[in-house]
Amino acid sequence: MYTRIYLLRYPKETADQPIIYYLVKRYDVQFNILKADIRPHQIGIMILELKGQKENVKEALEYLHSLDVTAERLAGKVNRDEKKCFQCGACTGICPVGALYIQRPEMEVIFDPEKCTACGLCVTGCPVRAMEVCFDPATDGVDVTAPV
Amino acid sequence: MSDIEKRKIEKKKFAINKTYAEINARIKAGEAVVVTAEEMVDVVKQEGSVEAARRIDVVTTGTFSTMCSSGAFFNFGQTTPTIKAQKVWINKVAAYGGLAAIDCYMGVTETMEDDPLNQVFPGEFRYGGGHIIEDLVAGKKVYLEAKAYPTDCYANTKCKKELTLADMNYALLCNPRNGYQNYNCAVNFSDKTVYTYMGSLKPKCRNANYCSAGALSPLLNDPLYRTTGIGTRIFLGGGVGYVTFNGSQHNPAAPRGENGVPTRPAGTMMVQGDLKQMSAEWLRGISIQGYGCSMAVGLGVPIPILNEEMARFTGVSDEELFTHVVDYGHDYTNCISRDYGQVSYAQLKSGIIDVAGKKVKTSPLSSIVKAREIAEILKGWIKDGKFHLGEPVDYFPTADFSFKD
Ligand code: SF4
Ligand code: SF4
Repeated sequence: MYTRIYLLRYPKETADQPIIYYLVKRYDVQFNILKADIRPHQIGIMILELKGQKENVKEALEYLHSLDVTAERLAGKVNRDEKKCFQCGACTGICPVGALYIQRPEMEVIFDPEKCTACGLCVTGCPVRAMEVCFDPATDGVDVTAPV
Repeated sequence: MSDIEKRKIEKKKFAINKTYAEINARIKAGEAVVVTAEEMVDVVKQEGSVEAARRIDVVTTGTFSTMCSSGAFFNFGQTTPTIKAQKVWINKVAAYGGLAAIDCYMGVTETMEDDPLNQVFPGEFRYGGGHIIEDLVAGKKVYLEAKAYPTDCYANTKCKKELTLADMNYALLCNPRNGYQNYNCAVNFSDKTVYTYMGSLKPKCRNANYCSAGALSPLLNDPLYRTTGIGTRIFLGGGVGYVTFNGSQHNPAAPRGENGVPTRPAGTMMVQGDLKQMSAEWLRGISIQGYGCSMAVGLGVPIPILNEEMARFTGVSDEELFTHVVDYGHDYTNCISRDYGQVSYAQLKSGIIDVAGKKVKTSPLSSIVKAREIAEILKGWIKDGKFHLGEPVDYFPTADFSFKD
């Protein structure tokens, strides 16, 4: 199954519409809300995991664009500095979504950017600061790194 | 009877008896058979301990993780006029200057003078003594400040200078307690997340952290300190170092299993080596959220297989190594000696253990990947004839033990 995680930014006007409902109904995608901060008449933020056929996810995104909801991929927002990481494994107990996990039997610590929701918990949890959040200027001022 | 005499008598019991000199001669000739402690598990399983002892000369171990009780001595050179530095800071981290005129000791858990510590909880502890040691071995410039009271022979009252590791007259990594033989597995039964030196622990026992290289760990492969003693030559921080004494908190009386291996924190080593030949890859400044600064140290100890007993010790697997589960939410801080059962390192490494009837996810804090790399590097050094074994001139306090079968 095709799985992608997006940061959605709702304009003020759409904050009270049942967008997710239509998304599921019309495009047959599964969703998982990883974080949401939507209040009436304010810009809303939602971190959404979409699963389904690739075309369906694509069409769902087009629908969101038509409503002026921007969807930004979160994969790639958090990086692991491979030179700094010493494969201790401390982060595997911190990451809430399993984007940092241990591959057995080698006991290698793997980072899967596709699963990462950019929650930022590993950034201060990593003892050598190997995990870095790097946001576009477009998302500056939006605190998506606060714990869920 | 002295320890050394005792050892001479014990020697007679074995089918295989090798000396350090014999093994070193084989290393020199490029004939030594060296395996890592992980590889030794299968060797002993398949060939038995006598055959393994006949064939294998050295087993290499390794561990790479946070090791508090580490630091370095520096002699940073005189000023004109001369100074007897009383207070010393490097990059705003205080070093201990009460040694002599221009000698100081930088400890790895020391934080920066203006660090907010845990005022905003949990603190980040971004930079401390360990980071300074890492920066120095990486070739970076550091900023040294010293204050002093004037004397007739040392007239200067303050000094400020930039310098690199190469500019130091002397730099000795000197870690009073490294390579803990076994350590607790930490959980948290309280209602709130706790931030400890064993990492962050979720409330109501929702995760468990452990910190040992298990089957690769130096002292778990030499449980009675039969070959690891004063004068043992080791891999230290990427260079060559020495075991110079038993470490602080060394406790040979800890409970042991039938294989002689402690099931709780027990032995420790004091290690030293020339910092100038070490590398920033194997000495890393550490920031533990809510706890403080420290340093990760890469350590590898070679174990000569003098007899079948040493083969048996080094053949130990994760299934045969155990530790206890301890609550860091309440018990540890309040010195309550209670535990939540025994778990093997094989169980810990599997990712899930049973604690009080509940399945709990485990995370390691000690790098197995790097521990393996160290054991391999040390193996390479010995095979290439670049590294010879140091025979201890004296031994650590130990416990009475012999295999029952
Ligand atoms: S905690 Fe940091 S150093 Fe350790 S494995 Fe994770 S990313 Fe690497
Ligand atoms: S940012 Fe959050 S989700 Fe991403 S790897 Fe770190 S802890 Fe996991």
